[in-house]
Amino acid sequence: MTAAAIMTAVPEKRPISAGALATLLLGPIAIVNGVAFVLPVFNLLMLSFREALSGGGLGEAFTLENWTGTVTDSYYLELIGQSISTSLFITFLTLICSYPIALYLHRSQGAWRTFLLVLVISPLLTSAVVRTYGWIAILADDGLINSILMYFGSENGIRLLFNKTGVVIGLTEILMPYMILALLAGFGRLDHRIEEAAETLGAPPWKVFWRIIVPLTMPGIALGCLLSFVLAISSFITPKLLGGGRVFLLATEIYDQAIVTLNWPLAATLSMIILVVFGAALVFYSRLLRAIS
Amino acid sequence: MEERPVSLSLKITAFFMFAFLLAPVILVLPISFSADNFMTFPPSGWSTRWYVEFFGDTHMIGALGTSTLLAVAVTGLSLIIAMPASYALVRMRLPGANVLLSFFTAPLLLPTIVLGLAILIVFAGHNLLGTFTGLVIAHLVIVLPYALRVLTTSLGGLPIPIEEAASTLGGSPLVVFFRITLPMMAPGIVATCALSFLVSFDEAVISLFLTGPRITTLPVALYQHVETQADPLVAAISVLLILLTLAVVMIVDRTAGLTKTFVK
Repeated sequence: MTAAAIMTAVPEKRPISAGALATLLLGPIAIVNGVAFVLPVFNLLMLSFREALSGGGLGEAFTLENWTGTVTDSYYLELIGQSISTSLFITFLTLICSYPIALYLHRSQGAWRTFLLVLVISPLLTSAVVRTYGWIAILADDGLINSILMYFGSENGIRLLFNKTGVVIGLTEILMPYMILALLAGFGRLDHRIEEAAETLGAPPWKVFWRIIVPLTMPGIALGCLLSFVLAISSFITPKLLGGGRVFLLATEIYDQAIVTLNWPLAATLSMIILVVFGAALVFYSRLLRAIS
Repeated sequence: MEERPVSLSLKITAFFMFAFLLAPVILVLPISFSADNFMTFPPSGWSTRWYVEFFGDTHMIGALGTSTLLAVAVTGLSLIIAMPASYALVRMRLPGANVLLSFFTAPLLLPTIVLGLAILIVFAGHNLLGTFTGLVIAHLVIVLPYALRVLTTSLGGLPIPIEEAASTLGGSPLVVFFRITLPMMAPGIVATCALSFLVSFDEAVISLFLTGPRITTLPVALYQHVETQADPLVAAISVLLILLTLAVVMIVDRTAGLTKTFVK
């Protein structure tokens, strides 16, 4: 070992600078994010400008063909349109189903509130595969709903699985915990004294709800809808299993193109289109927030 | 402050919505004790054969082993990586600490289908597909935001004067950190571990892109099973997974607090 190496190996008495310490502490997380988040996503963006050759190969030159091909192809335009409209419908249903729970949770206290919160958060942390399987048991031809219908004399029952109805029902339930928590976070502005004042002044309950409660909780509603929409349009497990390969949405198409057809540039382009839809939803959300306040 | 009483109509509506929310999770319990060969409801008879079948299924048990090892490795690494990061972000008064925090939690905003595809393409060029290392790196990206969030909240809620007193009395920064800060953060650390373990253990979409014939995780094996067969085997495994989830939710409630962790 040379003298210089020994010199540098001896720890200095002077404490290391704040900048160096911060780099040391933040370095590992920055490396993980760089290697498995920034780099792959940038690579995906670049890939959407490469030509797809047969058998999963890639062309050398850069091309806009994937993008122009996708946005002029009537199949993909319909797929994008369908994905957006289905996700909007699911978002609306999720809001309707979640609002009563959030309002009830907001007004409960103590151990009862904690218990209800556990009931909301446990599904959130339960694997999507498990919850989707539960829905198959409910919606299948010999599942819960059809057994009840048959019991009451229905001849054939109704087809709820492997079509869009099943996907909508399942996804609505899967997204409810996210919506409930977003609503709850936005309910802070709700003050029961204002509601009571309106009641004292003679407002009927429905008027208190529409004129006081809903406007005051609008920020929570907007956040919950944004979250549900982006999660609905990007969810994969539930549409794939409840749709049984017969319901085509952007996320399932990305998977099929990437794994089955091995057309990575097209899968990359569709991924970027999802991110563009995300961006549009975010812009709409921030406009909405500004309009509310 | 006196809270507003809950009206009867709200109680009834909320009850039905709760029933809808919990229906699929509750229904797997009776199905898991079915004696039938196929999934029907209600089952024609009762038995514990599907639990026996699960523990005898080498493919599923192998996937369970992989998932458990993976979740343990990811939990340990996420703690080692997120702990110093959260200290730097909360205590060092760095310029742009909020921007950095948003950047480090950004992977959560990306759809997992997009992140999975992006990682698949990069890993394919580096022989990381179908490897344990590849799965660990990919899971770290989505677990770290959770770990960072719980740890920064926990660290931000600690009283600084105790640490200041310790260093005034001559404790070096490292001694203060390990003897004062770390023990006070214990609840946050326990919550981080529970949450990290569960997020990794339950992750299905990204794993679906990265697993193969050589290595598979439990959620991927379950997904593939549900895609091809409709028998009560998955219900039996689901019941075990739901019990694990409940345990984690209880741990988070007792340590970091459910409201603080999930409702801002």
